[in-house]
Amino acid sequence: MSRFDSSDRVASVPPSGIRKYFELAEEADDVISLGVGEPDFSAPWAAREAAIESLERGRTSYTANRGMLELREAIAEDVAAWGLEYDPEEERVVTAGASEAVDASMRAFVDSGDRVAVHEPTYVSYRPTIVFAGGEPLAVPTTAETEFVLTPEALRAAGADEAEVLVLCYPNNPTGATASRDELADIAAFCREHDLLVVADEIYASLTYESDHISIASLPGMRERTVVVNGFSKAYAMTGLRLGYALGPPDAMRAINRIHQYAMLSAPTTAQYAAVEAVRSCEDDLAEMRSSFDRRRRFVVSRFNELGMNCFEATGAFYAFPEVPALFDGDDEAFAEELLREESVALVPGSVFGEGGEGHLRVSYATGMDGLKEALSRIERFVKARASGSSEASSSVSRSR
Amino acid sequence: MPLFQRCRGDRHPRTYVRRAASVCMDDAEARRELLAVLTENARQETADVAIQLGLSEERAATLVEALKTEGVLRGYQAVVDWGQADVQHVTAELELNVELDRETTYEDVARRVVKFSEVESLRLVSGDFDFAATVTGESMNDVSHFVAERIATIPEVTQTVTHFVMETYKDRGVEFESREDDDRLSVSP
Repeated sequence: MSRFDSSDRVASVPPSGIRKYFELAEEADDVISLGVGEPDFSAPWAAREAAIESLERGRTSYTANRGMLELREAIAEDVAAWGLEYDPEEERVVTAGASEAVDASMRAFVDSGDRVAVHEPTYVSYRPTIVFAGGEPLAVPTTAETEFVLTPEALRAAGADEAEVLVLCYPNNPTGATASRDELADIAAFCREHDLLVVADEIYASLTYESDHISIASLPGMRERTVVVNGFSKAYAMTGLRLGYALGPPDAMRAINRIHQYAMLSAPTTAQYAAVEAVRSCEDDLAEMRSSFDRRRRFVVSRFNELGMNCFEATGAFYAFPEVPALFDGDDEAFAEELLREESVALVPGSVFGEGGEGHLRVSYATGMDGLKEALSRIERFVKARASGSSEASSSVSRSR
Repeated sequence: MPLFQRCRGDRHPRTYVRRAASVCMDDAEARRELLAVLTENARQETADVAIQLGLSEERAATLVEALKTEGVLRGYQAVVDWGQADVQHVTAELELNVELDRETTYEDVARRVVKFSEVESLRLVSGDFDFAATVTGESMNDVSHFVAERIATIPEVTQTVTHFVMETYKDRGVEFESREDDDRLSVSP
């Protein structure tokens, strides 16, 4: 028996369901992947040059725990567009990716046995993070009927009035759903009524189409109970540089920073220099990437609807969330596995992302237009072959009667 | 194209509002987007372009036609890396200085120069010289002869400076060797 028996907390968390699809995709040839959760662009060149220059100048030391003040000030410019104002000195902490900010938020505000409500389907890391912090995840399923937007009814039905914290992720991974001001106002009213803190992961905020991103923290009475988590990974295509941040009232940031200063000391210095430049001078690059994602989004949503794979008009992130065709009887895992085996197109079954995701597929359009067109052609061929196979089977059954 | 499309302000309650997609994008915005899509890749079916922009195919076709008629869209060409093609091809960047008089304008000189098929592009520029031209031929000798015999002999041309292109790294937005592979994991959360 190994000396390294993992703790009960770690042992209770299963490996990510995505892993299996990664391994299958790695084994197949000529794969077009619609399963990637990061942009297909590289970070804007000006940001990369700033990173290189910082290295040339020997900027390889720690920064202040909360991040370089210059960056915290630059973040102010970035979030002002969403009506968010936070003091650079006391209300911002720069972290190693938004993931660290989520993790630190859980450890900062969740006591052992506290319930933490998470709307699902959603990003796969929240549940484990809650468990590692000693909390108990409480799944609040959302459905296609509300286009995967959380409602007070769903919160109530799941018993979230007993929860201490709500993790909110809009624009959403994996559905691409966004929440309108009215919808957020309903959620906010519930949180105020039942005194829930909110950890709002808004990492895809810049990738919102058709309307502007609304942060729940900008609604009345919410700033004082919300930690906003965001970062540079998705908007500026800087996933590998690992840079995010948390915004919130001074006492919230003090608690988060206490964890951050011991666990991380400071976020990667090179990435911080890149991020300052990204915010200062890469607005055009961001706009160009967003337009490109928007065009692909329209194409992908439209094509899935043409194929009869009901796909609501996702207006955020870079994901569409179509339904599996009826003849698969809601089995998203079988669809994903067979599609990969027969047509070498990788995507992720919705059930991997929790309750409410079953019967759907997460389709990432962070792939060039040519790849998307080819992938959709292959999916069309796959779906048609299955449909004609099943109609032949049913007609042979009727003939034999 | 989706039959039902939501527009700004239609988000709540979550019901689809039946309306023409074209309501969402005005002509100026649609033209801008069209040009962006075509600049990125002009070899796309109108139907595909229309879907990407959320326009009806008819409207996309009408807008493209209008852009052509108005002289905004002047043509569609391949971006060729001649260094990789098994073809003799030499390119030179040419600086031209000219002397004008009352009867002769820049426009008049330009009209004569653009007629040569060897001249791939011609622009009037600010700075130390008047025109910047891109000239092509099968060999350096070809280009030299062309400049000496056809361009330098134009009465208004007072000076030519020829820069032969030794290597092309990027042309019309296309990097020839970007060295940036897609090293992302094939499936990630």
